[in-house]
Amino acid sequence: MIPDPAAAPGGGDTPGRGRFGLYGGAYVPETLVPALEELEGAMEAALADPAFVADLGAWLRDYAGRPTPLTPARRLSEACGGAEIWLKREDLVHTGAHKLNNALGQVLLARRMGKSRIIAETGAGQHGVATATACACFGLECVVYMGREDMRRQAVNVYRMGLLGAEVRPVDSGSRTLKDATSEAIRDWVTNVENTHYVIGSAVGPHPYPTLVRRLQRVIGDEAREEALRRFGELPDAVVACVGGGSNAIGAFAAFVDDPGVELIGVEAAGRGLATGEHAASLVAGRPGVLHGAYSYLLQDAHGQVLATHSISAGLDYPGVGPEHAALRDRGRARYVGCTDAEALGAFHRLCRLEGIIPALESSHALAIAERRAAELGPGRRVLVCLSGRGDKDIDTVRAAAAEPGGERA
Amino acid sequence: MIRTASGRFGAAFARRSPGSRPGVIPYVMAGFPERDATARLLLACQRAGCLAVEVGIPFSDPLADGPTIQRAGALALSAGMTPEIAISQVAQARSAGLEVPVAAMTYINPVLSMGTRRFAAACSAAGIDGVIVPDLPAEEAGELAATLGEHGLAHIPLVAPTTPRARLARVAATASGFVYCVSVLGTTGARQRVSPQALDLLARVRSVSALPRALGFGISRAEHLTELTGHAEAAVVASALLDSVLGAPGRDPLEVVEGFVRALAGEGAERS
Repeated sequence: MIPDPAAAPGGGDTPGRGRFGLYGGAYVPETLVPALEELEGAMEAALADPAFVADLGAWLRDYAGRPTPLTPARRLSEACGGAEIWLKREDLVHTGAHKLNNALGQVLLARRMGKSRIIAETGAGQHGVATATACACFGLECVVYMGREDMRRQAVNVYRMGLLGAEVRPVDSGSRTLKDATSEAIRDWVTNVENTHYVIGSAVGPHPYPTLVRRLQRVIGDEAREEALRRFGELPDAVVACVGGGSNAIGAFAAFVDDPGVELIGVEAAGRGLATGEHAASLVAGRPGVLHGAYSYLLQDAHGQVLATHSISAGLDYPGVGPEHAALRDRGRARYVGCTDAEALGAFHRLCRLEGIIPALESSHALAIAERRAAELGPGRRVLVCLSGRGDKDIDTVRAAAAEPGGERA
Repeated sequence: MIRTASGRFGAAFARRSPGSRPGVIPYVMAGFPERDATARLLLACQRAGCLAVEVGIPFSDPLADGPTIQRAGALALSAGMTPEIAISQVAQARSAGLEVPVAAMTYINPVLSMGTRRFAAACSAAGIDGVIVPDLPAEEAGELAATLGEHGLAHIPLVAPTTPRARLARVAATASGFVYCVSVLGTTGARQRVSPQALDLLARVRSVSALPRALGFGISRAEHLTELTGHAEAAVVASALLDSVLGAPGRDPLEVVEGFVRALAGEGAERS
């Protein structure tokens, strides 16, 4: 259902600065408004500066390991009996996920802005690790907020951040997950705005963050598109990516959004099933509202209170979603579907066994839907999946799930 | 000269004698410490000599608030507080004799969820005089401010030490009732001192607006109010007041609140 434009904050008929259709904006405490304006100016100047772009390109090449390969998933495709499945290997980026693309770019930008202190929020820990890594490269102070529950689920990443010289601050408010870590990071930023840059980890938050993160992540889509044209002589039929906040998805989609023949599918965490209410599928099951500075789809109760979410994957366990995805959804340019914990676990195990790749649980959501879509499309077609991260961090979660009654084989 | 706003805010600020200490605006979180205590707490604040009251409508993710208000809000929500109930509790207080001006403070999402028009109409019918939304900067506030205006409600914007002068003038021009001045970089929560940047902000606001100024965030003791004499017309006291309730679990919260506000309002405070 497309919401009534008259119901959107600001009227909605004249898309303002930082708006994607009705969505986006900057709903933040007044204290942060000048900092967001400064960031917007710095972003525009840096990304238009050939020296900055070359510097970032060099870091992505020499340090992060880009470009990442496009891997044909031959045995998986065969098992699906349909279209070829190709994997954009963001799991091979240094630190193990696409998050470093954004963290390196933002830390370079923060240096250019003269900020000496970096803060970040993290869910699964991948963004925290990426930010800690980028800060280590430049000797910057780094504080990462992480929900206590996520620290338990992702203990290895907590330790990694410590090794990299970052301080991890536990967050005990609310559900003690990504939502609360993000709120706490914003509160830190309000307090320390003068010397601090907040490296947000997904395509969420107030303007200009959704745009900044998309610009830094679109390297995923740009590389994949170029490689597809080089190898296939044509574009893939579908691009599939998981969506928590939606940064790997928006980065992958950005290069294909103007190619009407390419189907774009975003996969949200349906947790224990949409009917149970224990999920994190904002675009599939939420309605528009404001969280963390942006107007977008949101899981909320009848009174506008943000709901607790559930996903087996800490990185998707978030009640909001990037505002550009909300606009793509309403326009019908991208389709968003849910994938349950159990379906994602199934895809996780199949990729391990059939391709020798241990995927992140986040990416496993995209894989499960890609398998289904490949079967539907049939032979001779191609489905490109953003394999956003590797699954080493999820081993304990997978082992625990396998031990549950009805769990996947160990 | 201080411009007098119409309605209860205008009258309350106009009654202050020139050069007196700032009036006290205590913050009551609707539904805290008990779901149905709100109206009685508002009346206790009035008895204690407050200039106006601020009623917090709790939100699950209050970005501008420190630990105390987060905690009070979470308790209120788990007791079943909703925007509709909070607004009706103000109406209850009005019919029980509350005469001081009331500002509702909440975040934008509960307002959007209820519908801007429905929210404004309900506030107006309940006898609320103005609305404060700390995550709604001027760029996003146009529609809500206009709707509030249509319902005779004051739109009370926040300005901060980081707000540049040109923007300050722009924001203050959208205000009615008073201008809410944020004393520090940071979230709500009691602090030791009034910061020099707060006094600077108050002076800058006076240079661009004739509206009364209320200083909030960190104000916790009577000395702060004395220090603010001549610099601000009112001071919002929130976390320190809630801390006093949280810190006295065995005592009647009505007594605690009345005593705390009376001690702040002190000698020379306005009596209504």
